[in-house]
Amino acid sequence: MKISRVIENMKPSGIREFFDLVIGMKDVISLGVGEPDFVTPWNICESAIFSLEKGYTSYTSNKGLYELRLAISKHLKNKYALSYNPDHNILITTGVSEAVDLALRAILNRGDKILIPDPSYVSYEPVSEMAGGKTILVKTSETDNFKLTPRLLKKYISKGVKAIILNYPNNPTGVSYSRKELLALSKIFVDNNLIVISDEIYDELTYDFSHTPLATLPGMKQRTIYLNGFSKAFAMTGWRVGYACGPEEIINAMTKIHQYTMLCSPIMGQLGAIEALRGSSGSVLEMKREYKRRREFIVSRLNEIGLYCAMPEGTFYVFPSIKNTGMNSVEFAKSLLYKEKVAVVPGTAFGSQGENHIRIAYASSMDNLKEATERIGHFLKNAH
Amino acid sequence: MKEILEILEKDARTTPEEIAKMLKKGVGAIKSAIKKYEKEGVIVKYKTVVNRDILKDDVQKVRALIEVRVAPQRGHGFDHIAERIYRFPEVKSCYLLSGSYDLLLVVEGRDIQEVSSFVSERLATIDNVNSTVTHFILKRYKADGDILKRIEKNNRIAISF
Repeated sequence: MKISRVIENMKPSGIREFFDLVIGMKDVISLGVGEPDFVTPWNICESAIFSLEKGYTSYTSNKGLYELRLAISKHLKNKYALSYNPDHNILITTGVSEAVDLALRAILNRGDKILIPDPSYVSYEPVSEMAGGKTILVKTSETDNFKLTPRLLKKYISKGVKAIILNYPNNPTGVSYSRKELLALSKIFVDNNLIVISDEIYDELTYDFSHTPLATLPGMKQRTIYLNGFSKAFAMTGWRVGYACGPEEIINAMTKIHQYTMLCSPIMGQLGAIEALRGSSGSVLEMKREYKRRREFIVSRLNEIGLYCAMPEGTFYVFPSIKNTGMNSVEFAKSLLYKEKVAVVPGTAFGSQGENHIRIAYASSMDNLKEATERIGHFLKNAH
Repeated sequence: MKEILEILEKDARTTPEEIAKMLKKGVGAIKSAIKKYEKEGVIVKYKTVVNRDILKDDVQKVRALIEVRVAPQRGHGFDHIAERIYRFPEVKSCYLLSGSYDLLLVVEGRDIQEVSSFVSERLATIDNVNSTVTHFILKRYKADGDILKRIEKNNRIAISF
């Protein structure tokens, strides 16, 4: 059987084999997990159980439960003074992953150019290509902490660039942007009439300053597709609930695709999400405090044992350099796995600019972090 | 520095060096803050949470919650009579409550007889103790924030983006 050319030409993930190795091995401490180690707060679980008992098991409207859209609208208004109308500007999706796909398909014509930072989250490039876009990788560098800068951006903008995907706080690097940095970038977005898909799923996990949504900056709301969800802040990855906010015509276009491909996000997840916004701010803050302590610990330990690691502003990832080990990132990850049974993700999984780096997720217990850094230290000593 | 308490309440084995890293402070500062908390009695002691129910061959001890009605004393209120009671080593916890009785005790003994005789011979006979009601504990599900059942581990896939 012949599969489609687009899919056939899609680059296979370079580290599939490494992933299989990790999954097949026992007693591994994994710092390679891209999701919280907390269980969803009980008030959310309990409300979902209650909703099942009441028999809420049907489809919802394509855009998602009105009550949830309203809760999101209020949440964004209170937190960021960002106003989106629940009837016209908000779509509930099956996680941000679906929202990324919908946004790209809604805006791209075949051959439209789209900028994607390198390194970045793994789905942006292949999904852009499936949508027919021509991806241009913006090669960020370690000297800029892997951030987009106005200078770098200008180098990549040419005629025919229609859109850009921005993700902050960032997976895999953990870096985020201050309001000032975003303002400088937003001027370029406006001047060049770009649409920005802004994936802000880690917004609640910003530690050193308050998160600024791109859409709150001058001239940005009408060109931003704001993506967020419940997975990271509320430890709800398996519930698959995200949302997109943006101009009415874009949300309508995304809803068109969504109604045929997904119909609606699962109702249990949507009901859980309503409870998340209603009564979980305490749990969110508690998890954030815990992540912050782990961040300080892991950055300090990694530097101590000889892996240079910048202090990232958000998420639960750090992206240390392994350059001085002489190994490339896949070799390092494999060798560390075999010798010390610690799993990390090679930086190249997120793009070629991730070479000489590894992604460490500190969404793991303090005990695990202590033991894992101990083992990495041992590994480094024996590697020389 | 109050965050030190939060960290130690979660895991008393966390070393000053580790806490210093977590809070981005010097080890010396952490050590002296802990000393100060210990001296002031903010940190009372370091203990281990044990679930003896799992030890099959262990001699199970019996615990009871005991409601006690007392007559408060002039000049001392409840404190004096409470101390008379909580000084007994059998009394593991002692609280003064609002509501229909005054003191709530957690009393531990080798078996039901031992707890019963403690109540009838020691407790009920104290002057100013007017009445007692004993509730034996049949099963502990959660104690001081810790769920005692082994909760199945959150089975995240070992590696994901």
